[in-house]
Amino acid sequence: MNARTQESAIAEGYNFAYLDEQTKRMIRRALLKAVAIPGHQVPFASREMPLPYGWGTGGLQVTSAIIGRSDTLKVIDQGSDETTNAVNIRRFFARTAGIATTTRTVDASIIQTRHRIPETPLTDRQIIVYQVPMPEPLYRLEPRVTECRKLHSLADYGLINVKYYEDIVQHGSIATTYDYPVLVNDRYLSSPSPIPKFDNPKMHMNPALQLFGAGRERRIYAIPPYTKVKSLDFEDHPFSIQHWEHECALCGSRESFLDEMIVDDEGKRMFVCSDSDYCQEHRAENEQGVA
Amino acid sequence: MSHSSLAPLLSARGLTKRYNGRGGCADVDIDIYPGEVLCIVGESGSGKSTLLNALALRTASDDGALTYRTAEHEVLDLLTLPMPRRRMLARTDWGFVHQNARDGLRHGVSAGANIGEPLMANGARHYGKLRETASDWMSQVELDAARIDELPSAFSGGMQQRLQIARNLVTKPRLVFMDEPTAGLDVSVQARLLDLLRTLTGKLHLAALIVTHDIGVARLLAHRLMVMKDGRVVESGLTDQVLDDPQHPYTQTLVASVLPV
Repeated sequence: MNARTQESAIAEGYNFAYLDEQTKRMIRRALLKAVAIPGHQVPFASREMPLPYGWGTGGLQVTSAIIGRSDTLKVIDQGSDETTNAVNIRRFFARTAGIATTTRTVDASIIQTRHRIPETPLTDRQIIVYQVPMPEPLYRLEPRVTECRKLHSLADYGLINVKYYEDIVQHGSIATTYDYPVLVNDRYLSSPSPIPKFDNPKMHMNPALQLFGAGRERRIYAIPPYTKVKSLDFEDHPFSIQHWEHECALCGSRESFLDEMIVDDEGKRMFVCSDSDYCQEHRAENEQGVA
Repeated sequence: MSHSSLAPLLSARGLTKRYNGRGGCADVDIDIYPGEVLCIVGESGSGKSTLLNALALRTASDDGALTYRTAEHEVLDLLTLPMPRRRMLARTDWGFVHQNARDGLRHGVSAGANIGEPLMANGARHYGKLRETASDWMSQVELDAARIDELPSAFSGGMQQRLQIARNLVTKPRLVFMDEPTAGLDVSVQARLLDLLRTLTGKLHLAALIVTHDIGVARLLAHRLMVMKDGRVVESGLTDQVLDDPQHPYTQTLVASVLPV
């Protein structure tokens, strides 16, 4: 059997989008609460999914709960549409829900993502679903869950700055470069999932609805459209994003997040856009410009 | 003396905390005035640590009344105070020095971060200023400010205890609770620490409630003394008065049992 026919065939015997309606309703209830309290982690009864924990079981359940027949799904993993995780999840929904899938950011109504926010700005007609391994931003600083909850309820977030202080002592600057904690709507400290801090500013006042699902940790949280999202920092060491001296070797972009790739045994390096769709679009634009 | 310094800072009436109806402390009346050092002495199991924890709201009391007077002369009923206010008090107006520095310090981060943490909890967000304050406090507790970036484990036991004291005093509290601050240190280190504590409490006009089983500590530091036995206060008064003319039979044994040097 080849992959193409499998992808188009709708699997028999499954409910629409794999999960049963009762489960989807439970997840939607958690989602509604999460949207009502931006950044607050809402517990939910996470299900076993046909995917190992850490591969996006949380994101999968959120997408399953919100997807409709008219939706178009895009799935990215580390910015790319072509990695194992992205291909499999896209195929999963194509088979269990029979919905349209795409790799183009502008065509998608739901984008499930791991590790990146697309470079193309999102619109108010889109929902972005993040796969979250560890929803608790204080986890490495305060191991007690009960104490973490207390700190959240009292908005007591001085600990994060203790970590940044230590970063500056040891590295000369805040050394957190991904999963950089954010304060949502001036209230709850949240983990942006392991996206590079390069993407943090994109979360601020984003027109799209941002949903976060952590399957193993059984938590859902959300950032509603047009919500303030602030990356914590020091006054004299303000938050800043990564910059590259290079441009993308394929499309020549200077604005996008670049991956460094080693291309031969001599250690030759190449910098390319991590967002494969953006890179392609950009190349097409360049060619049109030349022609 | 102004009106405010005559009124007690912390005041307890009939404070009781028992463990399954046994042990702990019972029916304790206590007043701590601004700028005074009050020592609670007694043998192990006499309920002095329980009392300290109950007064510092680190453990819930079973019965009694407990009030605190803020710098704005507002009298707070601590036992019914909401959690956010309690934590606010604990990190602005109060300090708590543990017997073991290990319990009071964060061991994964440097000395500077340990001193800066209470300030950051209170909203300080300027790295340069935090660092300045931290190194200033290190020299105030007679630590080498050049060692600001070292982990607490790099310091000796006595130094760790001084680090813990700096961390507690950096927020300029009005009241500090100390649980056997000198226990487990050798005698010469103890003497230096006691000297430091006496200087700091005097300089900062700090009220301190110190729990100790060491009469020597009490004699050196305390203005007033309370003697506890079996969870109850058996005698209290000015330090010299209690130690030189003990009334209660237990206090008499306690004073008599101090080894002459």
